[in-house]
Amino acid sequence: MPHTLAEKLLISHSEVDDASPGDIIMVRCDLVMANDVSGPVAFRQMERMGVQRVFDPSKVVMVSDHFMPAKDARSAALQKRLKSWSDLQGVYYYGQGRGGIEHTVLVEDGWIVPGMVIAGGDSHTCTYGALGAFGTGLGSTDIAACLAFGEFWQQVPGTIQVEFTGHKGSFVAGKDLILAVIADIGVGGGANAVLEFVGEGAASLSLDDRLAVANMAVEAGAETGIFPADEVTARYLDRRADREWHPERSDPDASYVRKVKIDLNSLEPLVALPHSPGNVVAVSEARGTKIDQVYIGNCSNGTITDLRQTAEILRGNRVHPDVRAIIVPASQKVYRQAISEGLIDVFIEAGAVVSTPTCGACFGGHMGVLAEGERAITTTNRNFKGRMGSPLAEVCLANAYVAAAAAVAGEIVEPASICSEPVR
Amino acid sequence: MIIEGRAVLVQQDNVDTDMLYPGAYLNIDDPEGMKPYLFEGLDPGLREELDGDVILVVGENFGAGSSREHVVQAMKAWNIRCVLGKSFARIFYRNCINLGLLAIVQPQAAEEIKANDIVRIDTKAGELSAAGRRYSIPQIPDFVLDMVSSGGLVSWASRRMEENTGP
Repeated sequence: MPHTLAEKLLISHSEVDDASPGDIIMVRCDLVMANDVSGPVAFRQMERMGVQRVFDPSKVVMVSDHFMPAKDARSAALQKRLKSWSDLQGVYYYGQGRGGIEHTVLVEDGWIVPGMVIAGGDSHTCTYGALGAFGTGLGSTDIAACLAFGEFWQQVPGTIQVEFTGHKGSFVAGKDLILAVIADIGVGGGANAVLEFVGEGAASLSLDDRLAVANMAVEAGAETGIFPADEVTARYLDRRADREWHPERSDPDASYVRKVKIDLNSLEPLVALPHSPGNVVAVSEARGTKIDQVYIGNCSNGTITDLRQTAEILRGNRVHPDVRAIIVPASQKVYRQAISEGLIDVFIEAGAVVSTPTCGACFGGHMGVLAEGERAITTTNRNFKGRMGSPLAEVCLANAYVAAAAAVAGEIVEPASICSEPVR
Repeated sequence: MIIEGRAVLVQQDNVDTDMLYPGAYLNIDDPEGMKPYLFEGLDPGLREELDGDVILVVGENFGAGSSREHVVQAMKAWNIRCVLGKSFARIFYRNCINLGLLAIVQPQAAEEIKANDIVRIDTKAGELSAAGRRYSIPQIPDFVLDMVSSGGLVSWASRRMEENTGP
């Protein structure tokens, strides 16, 4: 029976010979990940299951990133628990100063290769689809069972084929592609399905752009989002990951729930207005919207690519006097790379603050939350009501060029009005 | 299983996890500590309606967003007995089932049920009733029903450890 890529990955990680969308199967994980928020809740549940040890310590990674560095005693206690539990279980632990934001770190450190199944205690575990893996976000009790038994239950999803045609133009980035998809299918449009990204427009995307796209599959309600592995994937993994992998793709006659086409040739930079990632307009339509804070970072768009784009806009410019700009490299490695390229200098010269890698204010935790009545533009993935602080604040989502341009102008503008032509 | 409770309505669509349980309170890891922050970003006043056995009646794509299980752990701590909606976001739905909280999709019932209606759900008969109206419940997979009626994934897993069998 012909299958899509996602179906193949799930079936190959189960005891069943075949399965169809709708079937419930047990799926083995190649990697289980949790953080300072989801981990401690999962440990409690694992204890309640009566299980003392994880199924395989080499397949478990813990990352302190949400309230890291600890914002208060309670957050410090969670990170202390995450570390002591990791030490006791003998699993790999990324503590403060060692990693950064979980999804960025696991990708850049070579934990993820195509064909893997990753269970993560964070909804943006779908990010690993950028590498052709099935990454899926699960709650803490699910994670507890994965830690204990190395498997989770899964209703086999259907697949929505998203074909990107053409090539993206100036100031258009991965963020715009996924916002266009969410605008097309809706925030619930991916329910019970996996998004599979194909076409010449997908093949020509850099890995960082693919991370930005796959990361927000969950914002369309999808189980995950996957790019079939190709030369771009192979180049990225070369000397990064030792684990063997083989490229898999959907069978030519596999059946899809639905097919969607997005034409990159006509795609402009976009903005998701409050309070939904599906509330998408072209930047030109949002022009003039006043901004109090700009936040560039998070697991979707805190990569070196995003920081380079930010620097292109900020170089030689000043952050508007009424705007606070916060730039958060997603990992220690991205941070160092930005230092060596002189980007951090550009940011500080422009009047932005640069924060240590953290999930920080993206989820309203700390390090730059918003007051009542304030409006931010960010490169993050969610602009829900109250997401970054006060329920009476507003968040707009955009790519790094657009966010940085707003930092300079004090309002949403086309990046071309600040910087004539992007270098990269 | 048979569940009965009083309807509390959350009618808007796409109610997300940040409204249900804001990120600032994610550094709490015990259910009793989570309880006071349920609905904090949506309408804190809703908590006053959570007296006794409650059936939460919700709209489309309820629970969108984060994987935070704090939402469902807090719902359990408040003794919410069932969430009845037009549709659920995937991780929220999983979290309900894994914590033994029945989540049922019945769009017509979710549209018509009024606040404080007494809702009775009979999964075996495959129907629910409220204010004299009857609705059929779409087929719930045996696996899911078994998980919920055994109290969730913790007891399901403990039982599985003893029997050493899969679904």
